[in-house]
Amino acid sequence: MNTTYPTVNFDAAKELGLNEEEFLKIHEILGREPNFTELCMYSAMWSEHCSYKNSIIWLKTLPKDGPHMLVKAGEENAGLVDIGEGLACAFKIESHNHPSALEPYQGAATGVGGINRDIFTMGARPIAQLNSLRFGNPKEARTKWLLKGVVKGIGDYGNAFGVPIVGGEVYFDECYHQNPLVNAFSAGIMEVGNMISATSKGPGNPVYIVGSATGKDGIHGASFASKDLSEDSANDIPAVQVGDPFQEKLLLEATLELAQSGIIVGMQDMGAAGIICSTAEMSAAGKCGMDIQLDKVPLRQDQMEPWEILLSESQERMLVVVQKGKEKEMKAIFDKWDLNCAHIGEVTEGDTLQFFWNGEKIAHAPAESLVLGGGAPIYYREYRKAAYYDQLQNFDISEVEEPKDLRKVATFMIGLPNIASRKFIIEQYDSMVGTVNMSTNNPTDAAVVNIKGTNRALAMTVDCNSRYVFADPEVGTMIAVSEAARNIVCSGGLPSAVTNCLNFGNPYNKEVYWQFVSAIKGMSAACEMFKTPVTGGNVSFYNQTVLKEKTEPVFPTPTIGMIGIIEDKKFITTIPFKEKGDLIFLLGQVREDINSSQYLVHYHGIENSPVPTFSLEAENALQEQLKMTIRAGLIKSAHDVSEGGLFCCLMEKSMPSGMGFDITIPAEIRPDAYLFGEGQSRVIVTVKQEDEADFIDNMMLNGVAFDLLGHVTKGSIRVDDEDWGDVSEYKAIYDTALENIINT
Amino acid sequence: MKIGVIIFPGSNCDRDMMYALENVMGHEVVELWHKDADLQNVEMVVLPGGFSYGDYLRSGAIARFSPIMQSVIEFANTGGLVLGVCNGFQVLCEAGLLPGVLLHNNSHTFICKNVFISPANHASAINSGLKPKAYKIPIAHGEGRYFISDEDLKKIEDNNQVIFRYCNENGEINEAANPNGSLNNIAGVCNEGKNVFGMMPHPERAADENLGNTDGQDIFIAFFEALKLTV
Repeated sequence: MNTTYPTVNFDAAKELGLNEEEFLKIHEILGREPNFTELCMYSAMWSEHCSYKNSIIWLKTLPKDGPHMLVKAGEENAGLVDIGEGLACAFKIESHNHPSALEPYQGAATGVGGINRDIFTMGARPIAQLNSLRFGNPKEARTKWLLKGVVKGIGDYGNAFGVPIVGGEVYFDECYHQNPLVNAFSAGIMEVGNMISATSKGPGNPVYIVGSATGKDGIHGASFASKDLSEDSANDIPAVQVGDPFQEKLLLEATLELAQSGIIVGMQDMGAAGIICSTAEMSAAGKCGMDIQLDKVPLRQDQMEPWEILLSESQERMLVVVQKGKEKEMKAIFDKWDLNCAHIGEVTEGDTLQFFWNGEKIAHAPAESLVLGGGAPIYYREYRKAAYYDQLQNFDISEVEEPKDLRKVATFMIGLPNIASRKFIIEQYDSMVGTVNMSTNNPTDAAVVNIKGTNRALAMTVDCNSRYVFADPEVGTMIAVSEAARNIVCSGGLPSAVTNCLNFGNPYNKEVYWQFVSAIKGMSAACEMFKTPVTGGNVSFYNQTVLKEKTEPVFPTPTIGMIGIIEDKKFITTIPFKEKGDLIFLLGQVREDINSSQYLVHYHGIENSPVPTFSLEAENALQEQLKMTIRAGLIKSAHDVSEGGLFCCLMEKSMPSGMGFDITIPAEIRPDAYLFGEGQSRVIVTVKQEDEADFIDNMMLNGVAFDLLGHVTKGSIRVDDEDWGDVSEYKAIYDTALENIINT
Repeated sequence: MKIGVIIFPGSNCDRDMMYALENVMGHEVVELWHKDADLQNVEMVVLPGGFSYGDYLRSGAIARFSPIMQSVIEFANTGGLVLGVCNGFQVLCEAGLLPGVLLHNNSHTFICKNVFISPANHASAINSGLKPKAYKIPIAHGEGRYFISDEDLKKIEDNNQVIFRYCNENGEINEAANPNGSLNNIAGVCNEGKNVFGMMPHPERAADENLGNTDGQDIFIAFFEALKLTV
């Protein structure tokens, strides 16, 4: 190498995102001044993205154990849950927000690639994906550009890779204008006991890099994801990686063959911080060292510096340790799939990572010192209740004018961007490959995925109403977990475990950190209530945009990914109305509550109001009751009340069936609050007329409130004996409202 | 029947097709690897959907050069039964075993949804046993717009080589029911010898009763019944 490296000093460290304290700590660990390559290693590994230095203290307080857990949070690339019949489900959610803000197509595509690698690197075949997307005002050109790019990126990557997208959510709010959120979830299936660990063992065992060649893409991606987006961020575009789903598909098949071969010691995919991260984490996990010849790494371009090779975030690559003597078998598998498989080093005694370039040692450091749970810094951050919180409590519903024409409000609500159909987005994703998506023809609150060869199915969902979280981070996060669990229960499942994607602003902002800490507390309480341990996920800070002197943070958005087990397919319960004359019941407490509702924000333009009234105990009682009533065979359809309130919930039951409803509004409540308020812990179900008595007996067992709303009609909508038109009128608006905004 | 399902690098409906043919339909199914030339004495070859070789050039353009395809071409030219679905259809067109080409959808987007198709006639094994009604079958493709020269279009229409057309749920064939801009709403065609079939919709995705739609199973049943009669 003829290149002159920058002088190593505090300024160089700062440039790489390390602070003075961290710079001195590196000196202390090494007992000497680091060279530039080593400084780069620590910069990447101690970035927020890899080290969780500002969040780990709080993440450790989340409930981690549950009866079905096979792997504890953070131990492997993804969580692993026993789903019965000798099978396990690996699942995880991850963010790709910052790359998507700059380059929506590649940013989103590589997010899909990365999350799937986390699943199959454990030896599980991915069977279903979901995603949670958040953008700014859909009428803005920037939003249209971001949305189209993100959707195409997810589609092109996922469609070619061949794993169905079975569900997800898309939200719009001004706060995401500069900084969209792209959270990707994947779940895979494997036989219990066949898990491949992200560990390295056995001195002398060969170390391989497999998959794509290494290029200059994504260098310092981890550091980039660990700072605020600003007007200068466009200069960081080389930090965005480029995806190749074809390579990923080959890597999947080769990896699963390798998993079956019995020759493998450990494997980890290369995500953030590339080779340095995978070598350090695997070595630290196995408590051993590693010698790596960087000049043996297959390259995509010339003149790459060793530090660039170490940090490159080129996609579709894995680090694999196999048993010594099995090199031929290893090569045969990757030759079959025409993939690179380069022997780049050996496992060593001790705990030192050593990197060589044409025989010369260019960097070395203790593996443990680089990683989370080892030498990586851990910070306690100060926090302070946000100033806005008390202001929100001044909201008074009596100051909100009651609209005269509620039918007009109803047509307005059904066409809101946060409520209208996402069909034109979903149809760009392959939702049916794999022939396991049971929700295609029978829509359900959570996506229901068949486990072939068994009588079981998995329910999975991603949820977060970030407006509620903003209004009250602790209660709002409880609601996010509750809604996920409610969706699974409504679909006939039993909530099993959680993965989370914590999207927040800058952790050095005390009010943002208060949102984070409160969210963790709320999540812990809810996950304990539903016995759904948190198996892992990721934290994405710095989701805010710095513009001149102003900072715009996103709503705190702790996206909850949850899986549930449907122990018998006969319990699957779907959304649409089934038959004219069926009785419509509302389960749960009726309240005059329009807090933080889409109705209040978009119809009345009132942004500031508290979180809806919520009780975890009441939520749990509702869910336990519903589980029981579904298992008694008394429920014909179920759908939870969420955005848009009771009316929109009923319409969502109407539109896929074409059947309408005839309901009566109780006299003691404001009709607008009754129809469009988002009071929590409620589910609308339908019951056959002849089952009414049994249903009521069953409902009386636990004291959960319930009311008869009315009955299912052939196609007309009637509210308080008034003719509100036909389902088809609403469906025409619902089906096209969002598409029309985005495509004009 | 012994059926071979070809696996190209990038095939991603291979396992779905094998599941439908083996677990749902009860046939013997073997995997045919793209690097092999041996068809293992199968009675029928199926080319599944996916993105063979990544489809970075033109869908199906590279797959036709694989060793297995040389054997499939020989097999087809001597009357062997071949079915291509989605990317498999594209490969068969690129290989010259089926007339026409598949262009980018007129929406310029990938489309995955349930559509309806109806048998264009009852002239070949794949549609002879079908009722003249709309079958609900999913599509999932970015390049599915069937195109062919006017002259050849007349030829395949006259020869009853069009096997399926896109229609609405009442069986009416019109532009509104055409999801991708295909000429004459063509969803599938066969060769002149009526032994090579290609279709964009995925019957294997509507075969398993767990998924709430078995119209694809009905197509398979009618197809295999008709084949029994002809063999």
